[in-house]
Amino acid sequence: MAKFKGVDFYNIDSLLTDEERLTRDSVREFIEEKLIPIIEDCYEKARFPMEIVKPLGDLGVLGASLPTEYGCAGLGAVAYGLVIQEIERGDSGIRSFSSVQGSLAMYPIYAFGSEEQKRKWLPAMAKGDKIGCFGLTEPDFGSNPAGMVTRAKRTEKGWLLNGTKAWITNGTIADIAVVWAKTDDGNDTIRGFLVEKGTPGFTAPEIHRKHSLRASVTSELVFSDCEIPEENILPLSKGLKSPLMCLSQARYGISWGAIGSAMACYQTALDYAQGRVQFGKPISAFQLQQAKFADMLTEITKAQLLSFQLGRLKEQGKITPSQISMAKRNNVSMAMEVARKARTILGGNGISGDYPIMRHMNNLESVYTYEGTHDIHTLILGAEITGHQAFE
Amino acid sequence: MKIIVCVKQVPSRDAILRINETSSWIQDRDIAYDVNEPDSYAVEEALKIKEKFGGEVVICSLGPERVQVAIKEGLAKGADRGIHICDPALDNLDALAQARAMAEVIGKEGFDLVFTGLQSDDYGFAQTGVILGELLGVPSATIAMAVEVQDGEKSVRVKRELEAGWFQWYQMPLPASISIQSGLNQPRYATLKGIMNAKKKEIRKVTLSDLSISKDLLVPKQKIERVYFPVKSKKTEIIDGSAKEAAAKLVTKLKQMRAL
Repeated sequence: MAKFKGVDFYNIDSLLTDEERLTRDSVREFIEEKLIPIIEDCYEKARFPMEIVKPLGDLGVLGASLPTEYGCAGLGAVAYGLVIQEIERGDSGIRSFSSVQGSLAMYPIYAFGSEEQKRKWLPAMAKGDKIGCFGLTEPDFGSNPAGMVTRAKRTEKGWLLNGTKAWITNGTIADIAVVWAKTDDGNDTIRGFLVEKGTPGFTAPEIHRKHSLRASVTSELVFSDCEIPEENILPLSKGLKSPLMCLSQARYGISWGAIGSAMACYQTALDYAQGRVQFGKPISAFQLQQAKFADMLTEITKAQLLSFQLGRLKEQGKITPSQISMAKRNNVSMAMEVARKARTILGGNGISGDYPIMRHMNNLESVYTYEGTHDIHTLILGAEITGHQAFE
Repeated sequence: MKIIVCVKQVPSRDAILRINETSSWIQDRDIAYDVNEPDSYAVEEALKIKEKFGGEVVICSLGPERVQVAIKEGLAKGADRGIHICDPALDNLDALAQARAMAEVIGKEGFDLVFTGLQSDDYGFAQTGVILGELLGVPSATIAMAVEVQDGEKSVRVKRELEAGWFQWYQMPLPASISIQSGLNQPRYATLKGIMNAKKKEIRKVTLSDLSISKDLLVPKQKIERVYFPVKSKKTEIIDGSAKEAAAKLVTKLKQMRAL
């Protein structure tokens, strides 16, 4: 298979710094050599490739945008986005692993943790020696996290945790879970807790029979009179805003990641169409197929520009959550459409594991729903535009 | 050990090449560039030697502004600093003239080893490494498949690739110049921390005015006359006559074509 050379119709590369391009190219090479050769097999067998965690840590992609003093790379937002794009060009499941590790587990420790907590966890997580997960969603509370029923009750030694979290990426393999629970302070204030693997009363059974994100681990987190020592509360966490800040980080990355999936599908379809001959000529010479390519390339290019400017806004500290919603909503939806169009170009071959399209398509069904569903992001934008909140 | 690695930036292998207006070279606008493949192996070999013996790895590249990325890639992988020889007057010269500029800079720097890639993926002359050795007055070895620093860092043993699967071990004193063949090691990835750290590393710029080379020495001895895509042509000739006559005519024709 030819080496992937990127999709860059509008020469967006010329807007990147040397360091951003080097970062993108280094991760691209790594994914090309270490992930793509094994990912289809992992997906088929529903196996998370644990063997790639350390190498990802060595490369520096885990928590890559956090500061160097905690063993991270200290990347800018655009460079970080490009990293995520390249990982998801490999597979959304592996990208989910790294997004959860970096944006949903390391970030809250960094943003709301004590210095001791940061020193204890961040360098080890950056290296891939420790894995983290993030427990916010519950079986009955997805789009409405404020309704959560998981509670942390004060005890003499710390906190007593009870409740269940659902759809938690990395749950079963995590050494540390960042868990959000209502506290009994009279206001039901949501606080973050660090729950270490092996804590009595804490189990993390894996959710099986998934038809999407099969190469990543998805779990429940069950807390049954689980005692958490006082030093494991995230001291600066306060209210639902704290986990939502984490989600903003992760959603930002997802807007880039979706571009990676779309690129993989587009490139696969293009290579196929150039070589597949019907009626005496390559199918890429037929107008109907060309229209699909024109649509796909245009949509990918628009998504790239959206994420690029979003990244620059983030670097300037001017980003808003609704801007992130627009990019997540548009780009994931775009990637799904690209995957579907690309699949049609491959005809029957499009459904085969010999090509990555169906895997990306199935993965994107999850990405469409997690980190704020497409519909919720629509309402966030609706509220931003009109001033009328339509969630409830 | 002080090792200077000369790296060249060449058009990416997947770049769609178009010939320029004067047919003198390819259109170099808007194409992607990569580090020349054997040069990446040279960088890796230098870093491995540094890890074993200590010292310094310096990346040296000649070319326009864009080649800074090639230098930065080496710095991101662990090289200590870079030298960028940057002057429009040096851009379109032959290997000899460019090597003269590089030799002056490298000679002033001082070195134990100079590494180049075996040849560049664009011109493919395979000249710069050996010319550098000659101009610097040090022994050279080409097509290195292994490099072993020996004798308390006084000499180097080089495994050279010959034809037909043969190899040759060759020992020479340091300092020396060695051209590196692809495949002798596994080049590392530039880590993201390495890329960020590279921003702090020095890249010294050298222009023609910093060099004491007379302009006469920079006149190319070699020039590309024309670049063109291979012309596809097909010609069929039916040879008449009996089998015997036709065979005789065929032999005559093949002899005329020097195919026999």
